[in-house]
Amino acid sequence: METKKAIISVTNLVKNYDDFAAVQNLSFDVYENEIFGLLGPNGAGKTTTLEIIETLRDKTSGEIIVDGFSVDKQANEIKQIIGVQLQAAGYYPNLNLIELIELFAGLYGANIKPMDMLDKVNLQDKAKAKYKALSGGQKQRFSIATTLINQPKIVFLDEPTTGLDPQARRNLWDLITEIRNNGTTVVITTHYMDEAEQLCDRVAFVERGKIIALDTPDNLIDKLIASGFERKKEVKKANLEDVFIDLTGKEWRE
Amino acid sequence: MHEDINDRNSNSPLGSGGYSNTTATLALAKASFRSIMRSPSAVVFTLAFPLIFILVFGFLGGGGTHIDVGITPGSDINNPVIGMLEKTGMIRLVKDKSKVEYDNLLEKGNVDAMIDVHRKVNSVAYSVNVVYTSASMDKGNILKSVLNNLFYDKKLKPSVAEIKESTVHGREYKTIDFILPGQLGFSLLSTGVFGTAFVFLSLRQTLVIKRFFATPVKRSSIVIGEGIARIGFALIGALFIIVLGHFFFGFTLVHGVLTVVNMLLLATLGVIVFMGFGFIISGIAKNESMVPPISNIVTLPQFLLSGTFFSIEAFPKWLQPISRALPLTYLNDAMRKVAFEGLNLWDVKFQIMILIIWGIGIYAVAVKVFKWE
Repeated sequence: METKKAIISVTNLVKNYDDFAAVQNLSFDVYENEIFGLLGPNGAGKTTTLEIIETLRDKTSGEIIVDGFSVDKQANEIKQIIGVQLQAAGYYPNLNLIELIELFAGLYGANIKPMDMLDKVNLQDKAKAKYKALSGGQKQRFSIATTLINQPKIVFLDEPTTGLDPQARRNLWDLITEIRNNGTTVVITTHYMDEAEQLCDRVAFVERGKIIALDTPDNLIDKLIASGFERKKEVKKANLEDVFIDLTGKEWRE
Repeated sequence: MHEDINDRNSNSPLGSGGYSNTTATLALAKASFRSIMRSPSAVVFTLAFPLIFILVFGFLGGGGTHIDVGITPGSDINNPVIGMLEKTGMIRLVKDKSKVEYDNLLEKGNVDAMIDVHRKVNSVAYSVNVVYTSASMDKGNILKSVLNNLFYDKKLKPSVAEIKESTVHGREYKTIDFILPGQLGFSLLSTGVFGTAFVFLSLRQTLVIKRFFATPVKRSSIVIGEGIARIGFALIGALFIIVLGHFFFGFTLVHGVLTVVNMLLLATLGVIVFMGFGFIISGIAKNESMVPPISNIVTLPQFLLSGTFFSIEAFPKWLQPISRALPLTYLNDAMRKVAFEGLNLWDVKFQIMILIIWGIGIYAVAVKVFKWE
């Protein structure tokens, strides 16, 4: 990233639930057109942080600017330029994918052709299917399609690959990379470090509501090695997932 | 914590790129309507359930019970009593047969009773002599109550006004005219309460609403869109029930289409009020399995006590005040008055007012207990 223009800027973000401090004084920038990863164990405050940026949750204090808009006063402007994929969110019951896309187009006031959106995530064959009838990977791709309806500047993906098989996961990486290559900034949370390493331009490690490291995956690894860290076992040129992909093929099945 | 998003949404500045709340509301209404039409439970509660009752009662009653009453030879025929019996529409007079023939019919139950009317000497009152038959005791009993209703009053004060009033009352004996508005009311109650409660609870639990909140849509659009769809669905159901009842079971629509329009306006008011119960239930139910029991607490007493099947007057005295406290009672009452007494909406303003008062009360509670997330 040569330009390094911050599109999201979080400053001293604090979120307290009663006596539990979910987010403690978090500050970071997300640069335009990068894939930014928020990493950390469950309950570290990743989702809370995302949802505050997405204007879905109130913050206790701090300042957040999204593409020049403040979450405090311009939530509606922010909603119009972001796409949000929630962890484990469902969709309106009894509707097929085309109808769901139509619904979201209405909610965003976007003038799009539903089929084009399904094309983008390679779900045109499932146009008449219900969301519930989709496979895990298809569900995630559909969720991502709904985030693209308003041609957002930023897309937030909360654990999009959790529970997917290796093929579906890799397929989703390709999709996410494509979205970034089309000029959209992506903010993603994940538990998979191989995924973050492969996908993210920069990652932030969040632990107990604080950022404990923020850099490119390469730099973070180099730093660790420089500190004298060594893996117990010599790393081979391939891992078991490579074997899995080699044996079962890259072809993604539904 | 629930207000944050709404406040921000409603503070929507002018420069929000021509975002249309109407478009969003209509998109939601369309989606919701499609969803309702494909939901088996909605269709069953709104249409199938009431229709089954209407069919059962429609066929049982055959569009009204008929009682065959023989007129004893020598009886005064041109008296108001016989005339009024004829006007009730449920009594078929069997005339011009001999005493022997009548006795024969009576014995077999082919006529349900014999009536003999004579003007009392030196009096304006009539003396009525009725002979029932054990072969048809049930119909005999109905005749007994019909006679009591019509005749007892008359004997005391034989005035023209009295006769008119009794005649209107007589219409109530057509089964479908009583059953259909009751079933219609119940259909509106079910679709308003169950439908709304289930939808909002499930939208909340599956985070559909949360996902909506990530779009620029307003909360009011979500509620209104959902409301439009549900009212639309309820009205289609109501129209279907009315039309079917009218053409197949002779349901009385005194002023035809105008009556239907009035009934649909009442239905709209009813379903809006009942949706309020649904909003409350969606707020207090912790999960989907809690919706039916809580909903039944709201719907069952009204189903039984609001004059859906029986006139409230048939209930014991101590029960009647409870009946008269329930909103469905007033919807049913207004529906019946509009449908076969031919009254207009202004004539049933009292019933409408009670419904509106209920509505205000319900929504005041709903605003407090409704949960968005």
